[in-house]
Amino acid sequence: MSIIKLINIDKTYNPDTIPVHALSDLNLEFKQGEFTAIVGPSGCGKTTLLNIIGGLDQPTSGKVIIDGTDLSTLDRGQLIDFRLQNIGFVFQDYSLLPVLTARENTEFIMQLQKQPKKKIKERVVTLLREVGLEDKLNVYPTKLSGGQQQRVAVARALASKPKFVLADEPTANLDSHSTSDLLDIMLKLNREENITFIFSTHDQRVIDKARRIIMLEDGKIAKPELVKQEVI
Amino acid sequence: MLIQLAWRNVWRNKRRTVITLSSIFFAVLLALFMRSMQLGSYENMIRNSVEFYSGYIQIHKTGYWEDKSINKMMVESDSLKATILNAPNVEFYIPRLESFVLAASDEISKGIVVVGTAPKKENRMTKLADRVQEGSYFKSDTRGVMVAEGLANYLELGLGDTLVMIGQGYHGVNAVDQYPITAILKFPNPQANDNMVYMPIELAREFNSALGLSTALVLSVDDIDQIKNTKQHLISKLGSEYEVMDWTEMQPELVQLIQSDNAGGIIMLGILYLVIAFGIFGTIMMMSMERNREFGVLVAVGMRRRKLSLLVTLETFIIGVLGLKVSLVAGILLLLYMHYHPIPLTGNAAEAMLKMGIEPIMPFSLDPMIFISQMLAILVIVLVCLAYPLTKIMNLKAIAALKH
Ligand SMILES: Nc1ncnc2c1ncn2[C@@H]1O[C@H](COP(=O)(O)OP(=O)(O)OP(=O)(O)O)[C@@H](O)[C@H]1O
Ligand SMILES: [Mg+2]
Repeated sequence: MSIIKLINIDKTYNPDTIPVHALSDLNLEFKQGEFTAIVGPSGCGKTTLLNIIGGLDQPTSGKVIIDGTDLSTLDRGQLIDFRLQNIGFVFQDYSLLPVLTARENTEFIMQLQKQPKKKIKERVVTLLREVGLEDKLNVYPTKLSGGQQQRVAVARALASKPKFVLADEPTANLDSHSTSDLLDIMLKLNREENITFIFSTHDQRVIDKARRIIMLEDGKIAKPELVKQEVI
Repeated sequence: MLIQLAWRNVWRNKRRTVITLSSIFFAVLLALFMRSMQLGSYENMIRNSVEFYSGYIQIHKTGYWEDKSINKMMVESDSLKATILNAPNVEFYIPRLESFVLAASDEISKGIVVVGTAPKKENRMTKLADRVQEGSYFKSDTRGVMVAEGLANYLELGLGDTLVMIGQGYHGVNAVDQYPITAILKFPNPQANDNMVYMPIELAREFNSALGLSTALVLSVDDIDQIKNTKQHLISKLGSEYEVMDWTEMQPELVQLIQSDNAGGIIMLGILYLVIAFGIFGTIMMMSMERNREFGVLVAVGMRRRKLSLLVTLETFIIGVLGLKVSLVAGILLLLYMHYHPIPLTGNAAEAMLKMGIEPIMPFSLDPMIFISQMLAILVIVLVCLAYPLTKIMNLKAIAALKH
């Protein structure tokens, strides 16, 4: 069953001045457990697409349906709550709160969800162990490397038990070693816990690890879409 | 969780927060110092000039204050006595009989004020005995007068000499008599020093043929802040036969002087607060501007704008409350010290004050309103400054903020 359905999505920036057609007539579905890369040249619409899936931006026309909910039916506040409960975000520049430790950054999302304290504690330790940071629980982001910060960001994105995780160029700021570490962790979470990842990237090594690849070109899908079979 | 986050955000840029807090600290301290000194000097002026002679409340026969006619006198009846002494806040009262006479020595004469009063009570309220320079303070049966020093010099009279007084007593009866000078009084206020003669009230009644009569009853009160209530109570009890006046009516010049000086002080205060307001606003503006992207991230990952606003409000209040806390503690200590160690004045200012009958010190008030108003001022500034980040958050577009 698809958890994300995009139906006839068009996105035009500045429709009244100098219109930029970022996405045109896009139809896509994503299923639970996917590990999908969105690729394409700069300006092809990757960020725009991820923002629309994540409810951060609205399409000019067309529908975004997530787990049966049409995002256009939600008001501003409901949309924020919807993101909190359903979507995990990983940003290119990590975007951790600098005044919170690795543990607190991860806890923060669950606290926004008003989860019970005890549950938060347990889950956060588990998550940080899964991303290989069990020894950095109480370290502030400034004392972590970029790769470590991005792993905290992945733990934070997963803390809310989202239906899927969106990551716009998560490895763009990382060196190749950290990139492959992060990818391995994401793949492991995908395989072992069936976490759905949708990410954009320029990096061939990252593309190589994806199991589904969506090529965008000028806001359209450049056929054919590539779906790899499970290798194991 | 939000409080902890807010606290840490406040200390994110330690230097800026410390600078902001110190600006609040110095401004509030300066404001407290200024206000305390101003209000203290008013209290001093009021206390000195009111307690020197007029008292806080006086009762007269209706119309007396207007023309000071000796014919508008009143009998101190038992019921009048009881009404006054039973009024809230009244400690005791002094009966006085004031008249205007011509005082003369062998060759010189001068128009003067003769005050007949009750020696003990008068001293209790106005500390008249402290003014005695030569001779001894009068008693109720003294058959003599106490003459102010300037007047005695003018008339070329000294202790033991005889003062002749010529006037018009009650209902036009001639009032002429002569009395030995039993004391010389020295007043700092030249007006008083050149014009005043005191005698026991019974003697004054005899002189004016006004047995049992007084021109004024001067009330001593326990609590200066309750004067309006006491006055209202007396007015309602005494009816239209008597007039009840408080010091603001008896000394309108003093009230005016204080009001105009106070207005200047408030303008200074306004300028001072404008300066702190800009400081606080600058900090709050920077704090929210430089975190625009962070706000975008928080809204993106699921923090409602309302919660984010609450966070920023907490941060702002932490700054305001911290600033107030340190400055109020320091301010209270400073003002307590200054209150008990007022600055003595010297030079021209001191002389001018002495002439007005005011003790030449720079006293400090501990009126709680001084502190409360500074607190309110800072809280209002904080609230006003909050408008900026809050409107920014309410209009925040997450994607725009995420794009840097
Ligand atoms: N806010 C905006 N206003 C106007 N045009 C925009 C805006 N955001 C994106 N665009 C345009 O829309 C198109 C798609 O942009 P988008 O950022 O989605 O591309 P991208 O694939 O993420 O590129 P990159 O690989 O460089 O990140 C581009 O032509 C871009 O210039
Ligand atoms: Mg992009």
